[in-house]
Amino acid sequence: MTALSPSPTVGSRIAHGFGAFVKARETGILLALVLVIVAATVKNPNFLFSSDGFRDLLLTPSILLLVAVGQAIVIITRNVDLSVGSVLGLTAYLTGRLFIDVPGIPVIAVFAIGIVAGGLLGLINGALVAFAKVPALVITLGTLYAYRGINVLWTGSDRINSSDMPASFLALGTQSILFIPILTIIAVVVLVVAAWYLRNQRGGRELYAIGSDPDAANLYGLKVTQRLLAAFILCGALAGLAGVLYAARYGTVNSQAGAGYELNAVGAAVIGGVAIFGGSGSVWGAAIGAYLLLTINRALPILGVQDFWQRAVVGALIIGAIVLDRVLALRQARRLVEARDS
Amino acid sequence: MSNNTQSAPALELSRIAKAFGAVIALTNGTLALRSGSIHALVGENGAGKSTLVKIIAGLYQRDSGEFTLGGESVDFTSTAQSKAAGIAVIYQEPTLFPDLSVTENIFMGRQPTRSLRRIDRKLMRDEALGLFARLGVRIDPDRPTLGLSIADQQLIEIAKAISLDAKVLVMDEPTAALSGVEVDRLFAVARSLRDEGRALLFISHRFDEVFDLCDTVTVMRDGAYIATSPIADTTVEQIVRQMVGRDVSALFPKEEAVIGGDVLVVEGLTEAGVFQNVSFTVKSGEIVALAGLVGAGRSEIARAVFGVDPYSSGKVSIGGQPVPRRNPAAAMKLGLALVPEDRRKQGLVLETSVARNATMAIRQQLTRFGLLFARPETAAAREWASRLEVKTSALDTEVGTLSGGNQQKVVLAKWLATQPTVLIVDEPTRGIDVGTKAEVHRLLSQLAGQGLAILMISSELPEVLGMADRVLVVREGQITAEISRAEATAETVMFAATHAASEIAR
Repeated sequence: MTALSPSPTVGSRIAHGFGAFVKARETGILLALVLVIVAATVKNPNFLFSSDGFRDLLLTPSILLLVAVGQAIVIITRNVDLSVGSVLGLTAYLTGRLFIDVPGIPVIAVFAIGIVAGGLLGLINGALVAFAKVPALVITLGTLYAYRGINVLWTGSDRINSSDMPASFLALGTQSILFIPILTIIAVVVLVVAAWYLRNQRGGRELYAIGSDPDAANLYGLKVTQRLLAAFILCGALAGLAGVLYAARYGTVNSQAGAGYELNAVGAAVIGGVAIFGGSGSVWGAAIGAYLLLTINRALPILGVQDFWQRAVVGALIIGAIVLDRVLALRQARRLVEARDS
Repeated sequence: MSNNTQSAPALELSRIAKAFGAVIALTNGTLALRSGSIHALVGENGAGKSTLVKIIAGLYQRDSGEFTLGGESVDFTSTAQSKAAGIAVIYQEPTLFPDLSVTENIFMGRQPTRSLRRIDRKLMRDEALGLFARLGVRIDPDRPTLGLSIADQQLIEIAKAISLDAKVLVMDEPTAALSGVEVDRLFAVARSLRDEGRALLFISHRFDEVFDLCDTVTVMRDGAYIATSPIADTTVEQIVRQMVGRDVSALFPKEEAVIGGDVLVVEGLTEAGVFQNVSFTVKSGEIVALAGLVGAGRSEIARAVFGVDPYSSGKVSIGGQPVPRRNPAAAMKLGLALVPEDRRKQGLVLETSVARNATMAIRQQLTRFGLLFARPETAAAREWASRLEVKTSALDTEVGTLSGGNQQKVVLAKWLATQPTVLIVDEPTRGIDVGTKAEVHRLLSQLAGQGLAILMISSELPEVLGMADRVLVVREGQITAEISRAEATAETVMFAATHAASEIAR
């Protein structure tokens, strides 16, 4: 939704950039996040101003952020990946098993294997969507259960404990560099790279084009199949990375790890302004959406909202975001028609 | 004109054939485009022009025939290949990405890049501005294409084609939705492209434009090549004769019917941008044809009358009773029936049985205690199936498995079962074989004989001329001519369909 700079002078570029920032869909959601943090901090200063509070604020949504970035990329192409929670669960258990079954395996190898495994699971989704021409909603609902089934079959009643994994690995999930949790640093690096790619590379722009009008994308001669595969592989790989980090952060992994992440990820993307019918939105929005979603969950008890209202608040947030998007879209369509006629 | 019309063709198609299953779209597509020339391709709706264009674009693959580009045989399997070979196609309906900016739409897939393969947005934007300057238009390069007029969208398509440096530019009815000024601007651009030595193919139904812009014209009919002539050596009359080609009055023996009083009265129907001030009547026993080109707004008028689509002003009444707006159920109660254009999507539920489909419109009358039993349904369906001679072994056959002609009969049965007083049929014989076509015509004629008022939309001139008591010609959402059966000929109808009302009056 951000426009290009109209002229090269620095002053006007800054002014324009500021204008675009104020108007951007992501700004509203960022304000909401700030509001929630401020309200919770006023009520209980420890929410932000204790070292634990600050760390939790950054740390808690980091894993979801990774999954939401992948999800946003898939949604931008007018698809959806509901299997990310199951992919996360499988790779988290795989991570634990690698440390148990391959003693002394380097941490970096575990990361690589987790990412590749997630990518392969994503490839299965992508191939089914791109070649079998079945809607992604159906395919990934199927793989959501299938992948979880494999996980249950493999894990059984077994469970990975933190004692099974090396301390240097677990440290990644809990330690900070300059007060910033390592997990958050990893997530933000991924976010920045993804955002840069989507904005500045042909492949990224083509993902938007495909989501905006798949038929037109075919007529343009874009490599639609290839791009869709790439989007699903990337989404799976990010869920795989999230799985490895999940093991590092929580230390225990059973067969139900990551259940429900898919809905949080879709929710984060939608709240962050990624249009569910594709073609618009940004991974920045999805990332802020992920922060808002999980921060609200932590802030509501502090604000004295009872437990059972919390989910309702999240629901209201999602519906509110969709209604807002619709209103904005209608308003923009009207404005654009007026601009044309004048 | 240009001086190199005698050079080898830039693009040549010869004896191209293409079939979609049982439907034959092209039997002999033949066309030779030369550099520095604007070539017109004309033909009736369904003559195979668009299929030919899609083969050139690489969207369809030919079944047989020769396709050469710059003297070399080519075989495109995707639009990307034809694009890379220097062919740009502007389709009837512009194909843009509504969420993306005008600039991105022009350069999608081949954006200029700088270091790290980053898209050079500034260069891209400057190039877009340069293209628009060259075209002499002002379009904000940063705005999304959502909400742009068709004319502006077409200019973006043309900008795209120019930026591709296309050697061959195909324009499929680019002027259908343009105003006079916009057409002039488009033609100026087209001429300058011709003078740069590009080959242009221009498909249009408007003869004045063909004669104004083009230097050569190829006529197609029924999927086959008829003739190519320099524009200077031909006339509108000759082209129309070549387009229509056959003896049209003998095909459909129409029974004489007693024409009674007005049944369907439509007054001043208007919906901004779709149709304006449409008024007409249909009398009992009369078949009135709505003729015109595809996209002229005929189906939209029919749908508005029936209440599927909205209209902002105007009145519709049946036998003096007003028909409410946007309420098809009320229209049905008043005796209106609409056999839609697309029977597979709008006329039938393909996955269900013939019996269920045939009784769909009278379902309410067949229920007992609110439940629908198979027996009355089958009985009602059997009556209509036998009256229309639907060829199917069993009434529980899935409708989707029937032939096009039989499917159309089931749709007709569905609506005739409601015992309407006004029947609107939209393209009643599209895509069905000749034998069934004649049966449908006989049926319509018979129904009129029984006093039914029939409004028939048809793009097939022979059908219009053979069946209709009166022909209303629609052009760009307005009725431009009313022609009686005696005066209706291929030439008069075609002329009215392609000229504004003011020109017809002259």
